[in-house]
Amino acid sequence: MPDLSIDCAGIKSPNPFWLASAPPANSGGQVQRAFDAGWGGAVWKTLGTPIQNVSSRFGGHTIGGVRGAGFNNIELITDRPLEVNFREIYETKKKYPKHAVVVSLMVETREEWKDFIKRSIDTGADGLELNFGCPHGMCERGMGSAVGQEPRVNQEITSWAVEYSTIPVLVKLTPNVAEIVPHGLAAKRGGAHGVSLINTIKSIIGVDVDRFVLEPRVSGLSTNGGYCGAAVKPIALHMVAQLARSKDFGLPISGIGGVSNWRDAVEFILLGSTSVQVCTEVMLRGYRVVEDMLEGLEEYMRRHNFDTVAQMVGKAVPSYSEWGDLDLNYETVAKIDPQKCIGCQLCVTACQDGAHQCIHPQGSDMAVKLGLKAPNGGSHARVPVIDESECVGCNLCKIVCPVPDCISMVEVDNGFAPSTWNEHVTLDKKLRPKKGAH
Amino acid sequence: MTQPLSRDRSETVFEDYKGEYTPDQALVEANRCLYCADAPCVKACPTHIEIPQFIRKIATGNLKGSARTIFDANILGMSCARVCPVEVLCVGDCVYNEQGVPPIQIGKLQRFATDHAFEAGWRFFEAGPDSGKHVALIGAGPASLAAAHELRRHGHRCTIYEKRSAIGGLNTTGVAPYKMKADRSVEEVDWVLGIGGIEVKTGVTIGESVTFEQLEKDHDAVFIGFGLGPDTSLDVPGAKLPGVVGAVDWIEQMKLGKVPTDGVRSCVIVGGGNTALDCVREALGLGIPQVTMVYRGVEEKMSGYSHEWKAAQTKGARVEWQALPVAYEGDGKVQRVRCQRLDTNKKPIPGAEVSLDADLVLVAIGQSKLGTLLSQLSGITIDGGRVATDEHGATGRKGWYAGGDCRNGGKEVVNAVAEGKAAARAIHAFVTGASNA
Repeated sequence: MPDLSIDCAGIKSPNPFWLASAPPANSGGQVQRAFDAGWGGAVWKTLGTPIQNVSSRFGGHTIGGVRGAGFNNIELITDRPLEVNFREIYETKKKYPKHAVVVSLMVETREEWKDFIKRSIDTGADGLELNFGCPHGMCERGMGSAVGQEPRVNQEITSWAVEYSTIPVLVKLTPNVAEIVPHGLAAKRGGAHGVSLINTIKSIIGVDVDRFVLEPRVSGLSTNGGYCGAAVKPIALHMVAQLARSKDFGLPISGIGGVSNWRDAVEFILLGSTSVQVCTEVMLRGYRVVEDMLEGLEEYMRRHNFDTVAQMVGKAVPSYSEWGDLDLNYETVAKIDPQKCIGCQLCVTACQDGAHQCIHPQGSDMAVKLGLKAPNGGSHARVPVIDESECVGCNLCKIVCPVPDCISMVEVDNGFAPSTWNEHVTLDKKLRPKKGAH
Repeated sequence: MTQPLSRDRSETVFEDYKGEYTPDQALVEANRCLYCADAPCVKACPTHIEIPQFIRKIATGNLKGSARTIFDANILGMSCARVCPVEVLCVGDCVYNEQGVPPIQIGKLQRFATDHAFEAGWRFFEAGPDSGKHVALIGAGPASLAAAHELRRHGHRCTIYEKRSAIGGLNTTGVAPYKMKADRSVEEVDWVLGIGGIEVKTGVTIGESVTFEQLEKDHDAVFIGFGLGPDTSLDVPGAKLPGVVGAVDWIEQMKLGKVPTDGVRSCVIVGGGNTALDCVREALGLGIPQVTMVYRGVEEKMSGYSHEWKAAQTKGARVEWQALPVAYEGDGKVQRVRCQRLDTNKKPIPGAEVSLDADLVLVAIGQSKLGTLLSQLSGITIDGGRVATDEHGATGRKGWYAGGDCRNGGKEVVNAVAEGKAAARAIHAFVTGASNA
């Protein structure tokens, strides 16, 4: 049976699924229920000088009827009394000694950092997470992403924390930067034991078009908030992978950003995360989503013969290459399985309007002109035909096709030896003729 | 405005069979639509409503645009949403059927959008500038209404001549009430007539109170949209007994007034078409305990839609396949129907008979064709009782066009709308000199 337990920068947990520092990890009652549901760890809602929040605080991005596909918030750090928070962390850790409890902190002065870190360690917590990421409210007070966007400040505060801490320190990075690597390296120079990323992305979730006010509305105004949820996953994956493949970095990563199910989690792990943190999916659907995450991860590990999560970490990182090192002579064309095709012709429109005009309806003028015959065994006359001599293998048809595995991109043996752009430029390697570029 | 209907109508006991969507249900269903290219549902619709577009507009909250898309193609889109046999038209061709996924409920979405338009009082079309042309339309059913509305968009004055007092044709007098009741049809007629410039003269029988010659003289073109004639009957002993009635007559009476059902314990419906199936469900719905359909062929051969027959069965319908009434029997009124058993070739099986109790017999074996009314007009060809036309609805007589049941022999409302609209475009071309057809 695969072993799901992990050790992320010295913080151990029975599985890689942690609640991110956010509303689902706001109180002892919540975190304990989450642990009962199966979560392996929790990063407590950020502690600092308690603040006062606005209402409303959350905004949802509905896409094609899917509510909360993207999500944002203008909530700040904890608004609960510090002593209550510390007491509940203590009680939780006492009750769940094998689970990971990480205290997220955001304060200003060196003295405050020292004080908060000491009180955090006194709770028995397993680690600290320095919140250098929050992109709204706190940054205007010189904290959160105001720290995360300045490598020098990041490094300095990290070094204070590491100096005062006897438990592992993770630095939570903001994605609101042009390049993530310098910020990861700053944390490393400060002595951090690992990083967690991404925090939320600066955003305006939407506009109330009848009131002419941004959402979420606070009386007659609103402000930019932090974007998160399933929609941000690609951005998060990129930043995680950027750090994972940086030769100078090499610290453990706790991956965050749009993890909604086991598959998302596996992707984060394969790109270098040791643990994954989840907030939005829990906010939308509750702690119970972890059941599928645990089962799915375990089954995946079984399928691929991974005994430990550590064996998976970073497994896909080597495939992350530069564009110039991609083989330009590798050629694919789209194939439609006529038995599976339901005749919606979404691929026809996508190819005609959005790609290279090589998919045609059977019997259309172009299909006849090009002599494109109906596929053998086609279930009906609406199975489109593909002009393979024009198909650039772009993948758009496969993306719009509503039938799983109906369209596949099939490799073509064009007789050309592999050649990348870099090889073409430096070694004058031969490139195949371009398709669809007339 | 049309004449108000009686409030006391037999049909009012029926509830909607398919029901209406709540906004939430409509949104969920609309978001399921794949938005197919060159969509099969559009092709399956005789009026070619841009179905993926109107559904997408529901999904985005653009309900007004959604309704506009529907009405632009089919001005009777509200009633068609209710009465269309979508199972064999748009919904039947939804590509989800190919995937084993429940097809999009296009009829219910169309109803959602069009009902909303009616409630909100939206109107989308204005009459064109007056062309000075005047078109006569015979019959006030869906074909003529669709034709007249289209003609008005081009600015042609219209006069509809209707022999009944009720307007709307079978939409008002014939649609199964669990799909649509007469008052909804009348509301739609008023909505269509709201474009202005369409005069409806009721109680006028062309060929009697107004001669064809006069009609032709007074108008620049004529559209024939008078549908079908009375029920046909079986020429068997007892055909005149009280209690033996034509199905279409009976349905009209149920929709516009009252049909007597007190003391009716068993009803036999003769036929295997959609009118027969309507009668089965209507008789059951009115509380007649035992309702039996008698059809001379086998189930697979009946012309009624299988989905309608399935629905009838769930209501408790009985059936005698391969049976032909040979006599209606009874003392002063019908009490029994004596039937001859037939083999699969519809040939009598000697000595095989069955007798069914019946206090009411509804004969649903078709309606007569009215084409012969026109036989005195040179140039108009009657083919098997239908008015023969070209693909645009033009008859062989200059300026005379036809559409709907009198042309197609009896199809759906949506076919009548499509034919009426196509004929209107041909008439427009004719009266404006763009065509000599």
